[in-house]
Amino acid sequence: MFRILVVDDEVDFSETIVNRLKKRKLDAIGVTSGEEAVALLKEQLFDVIILDIKMPVGMDGIETLLEIKKIQPLAEVLLLTGHASVETSIEGMKLGAFDYCLKPLKFEELLQKIGAAFEKKSAHDKKIRDAKIQQLGRYPNKVFDQD
Amino acid sequence: MDTHTFDYLKQQENLNRIFKVISRRTDGLIDLGVIDSAGQHLAYAGPYNLKGLNYFQQAWFNEVMTKGKYISNVYMGYRQLQHFVIAVRGYSNGRGWILRATVDSNIFYKLVRTAQTGKSGDAYIIDKNGIYQTAPRFSGKILGKSNLDLTLFGQGTTVVDKIKADGKTKHVAGTWLKNNEWLLVITQDVGDEKGGLLTTRNTEIIIIVFGCLAIILTTFFVMRIIFKHLEEAEKGISELNEQLIQSDKMAALGKMATGIAHEINNPLAIIGEKAGWMQDLLDEEEFQESENFKEYEQSVNKIEEHVERARKITHNMLGFARKMEHRLDDVDINNVLNQTLELLQSHAQTNNIEISKDFQSELPIIASDQSQLQQVFLNLINNAIDAVEKDGLIEVKTRKKDSQIVVTIKDNGPGIAEEHLKKVFDPFFTTKETGKGIGLGLSVSYTITKKLGGTIKVESKISEGAVFSVKLPIKIPEK
Repeated sequence: MFRILVVDDEVDFSETIVNRLKKRKLDAIGVTSGEEAVALLKEQLFDVIILDIKMPVGMDGIETLLEIKKIQPLAEVLLLTGHASVETSIEGMKLGAFDYCLKPLKFEELLQKIGAAFEKKSAHDKKIRDAKIQQLGRYPNKVFDQD
Repeated sequence: MDTHTFDYLKQQENLNRIFKVISRRTDGLIDLGVIDSAGQHLAYAGPYNLKGLNYFQQAWFNEVMTKGKYISNVYMGYRQLQHFVIAVRGYSNGRGWILRATVDSNIFYKLVRTAQTGKSGDAYIIDKNGIYQTAPRFSGKILGKSNLDLTLFGQGTTVVDKIKADGKTKHVAGTWLKNNEWLLVITQDVGDEKGGLLTTRNTEIIIIVFGCLAIILTTFFVMRIIFKHLEEAEKGISELNEQLIQSDKMAALGKMATGIAHEINNPLAIIGEKAGWMQDLLDEEEFQESENFKEYEQSVNKIEEHVERARKITHNMLGFARKMEHRLDDVDINNVLNQTLELLQSHAQTNNIEISKDFQSELPIIASDQSQLQQVFLNLINNAIDAVEKDGLIEVKTRKKDSQIVVTIKDNGPGIAEEHLKKVFDPFFTTKETGKGIGLGLSVSYTITKKLGGTIKVESKISEGAVFSVKLPIKIPEK
């Protein structure tokens, strides 16, 4: 089950997005600050994180992004931005974000981008899984021999 | 008389020979005659047969015989030719004889004529009775009476001033010839006597005047050219200043617009998402059974539609002061206009405003930004509707002109006052009531059109409506 974290300082916004995602059978949780997000990420794994760039109180989007990449480097981050911070978003993508969406959202576009992020994440996960299997598979005979 | 003797000359053939010789050398000699002391004409050479005539009784015969010589006045005589007579007396064998010659006075005239100078200069000879002996140049004719007062002329050469009938003063100079019997008169109008000098002076004056004129004219034209250049430079500077002011305004506005748009974007995002959420919920069966389901669904759709519209506006506001990367779509202008008009149709209809379309078919598809163009047209047509208010006509026209597509939106509203015409594209300029518009529509349209490489212009007169024309470059989309 893929897990999505929505980080936006507007409770009404994050709550609604979470509801709409849940309605589409996606596992989503909403938080309203960078600090909350960092705390949650230390406890739980997420696949896609939707992150508002402009959060005037506490950690802003970019700071949060840097923390996320430290805690869960494999999670894909989608940035939410007003138009004027497109450049900031591009900056964010250089720092490892997957993509960005303009606010107000076109929900279909957001879903599409979440889908793309999932695909990338799962491909990445598969690579890692395959590598692990291969690592384990080097010694299967040995294991059987021992038995 | 000194070269030939009386006896030789009185022979007709000898006289003929001499006459021929003299005639060959000079013109003017009409005839020659030899007369004896008794007045008898002994020999005659000339065109008339005067031989045998007796001059004894004639006054001039006696004068020659006593004085030794005689020169007559000019007369016509029976020859009907202006002439005069010269007669001299000689002595032969103690008896006097006379050699007489008739001379055409024309030779006199030729001589005198050389003294007729300038435009008004005249020269002629008159006798002591005032009879013209040569033809004057102007008034009077030969043998006519001159009106010159001869008492004015004393001995030698006299110069007098004479007032003419027309008020001009003449210099008149006279000198007595032929024992005071003839008077050579030379006249010249005052001022004309220095004719040559005057001509030179006049030429000089003309040259100076023309020179001055040329200098003045050249200066004038050069000054005009310089002034024109200065004016143009001034105009350029003021245009530049205007542009600077405009760009200052834009920059200030940009900052403001950014702030406003951001503040609006967040609530807008929430409204959008809430509406989306409502739509999600409406998909559930229990709602679909509700009798007002359709109404709900429509309302939610409308909310989403208008959030989308507001979203575009805020994005345009945000893009106003900064370079916005715009996508180039394949745009069919007529199509964009049709869509825009559809949006506004109901608004126009409720106000009984007719919108007529005059679209050129087969306009080229251009590479431009569809939603931004829609924004521009929406602003312009919306403004037109607001201007007309009620019961009017709006004409939307598209034309291809050279390398441009021209869209004109014409309304029959009250028009724009001349002092407002320059300001309509300024940010925050509005004549609408407070709360009806913030004065960004045309300014944003102006910026968008410029960004898309086009121009937007307005023409209007009070009570004649307004015409907005948008010119867009025909950029062929890359395939």
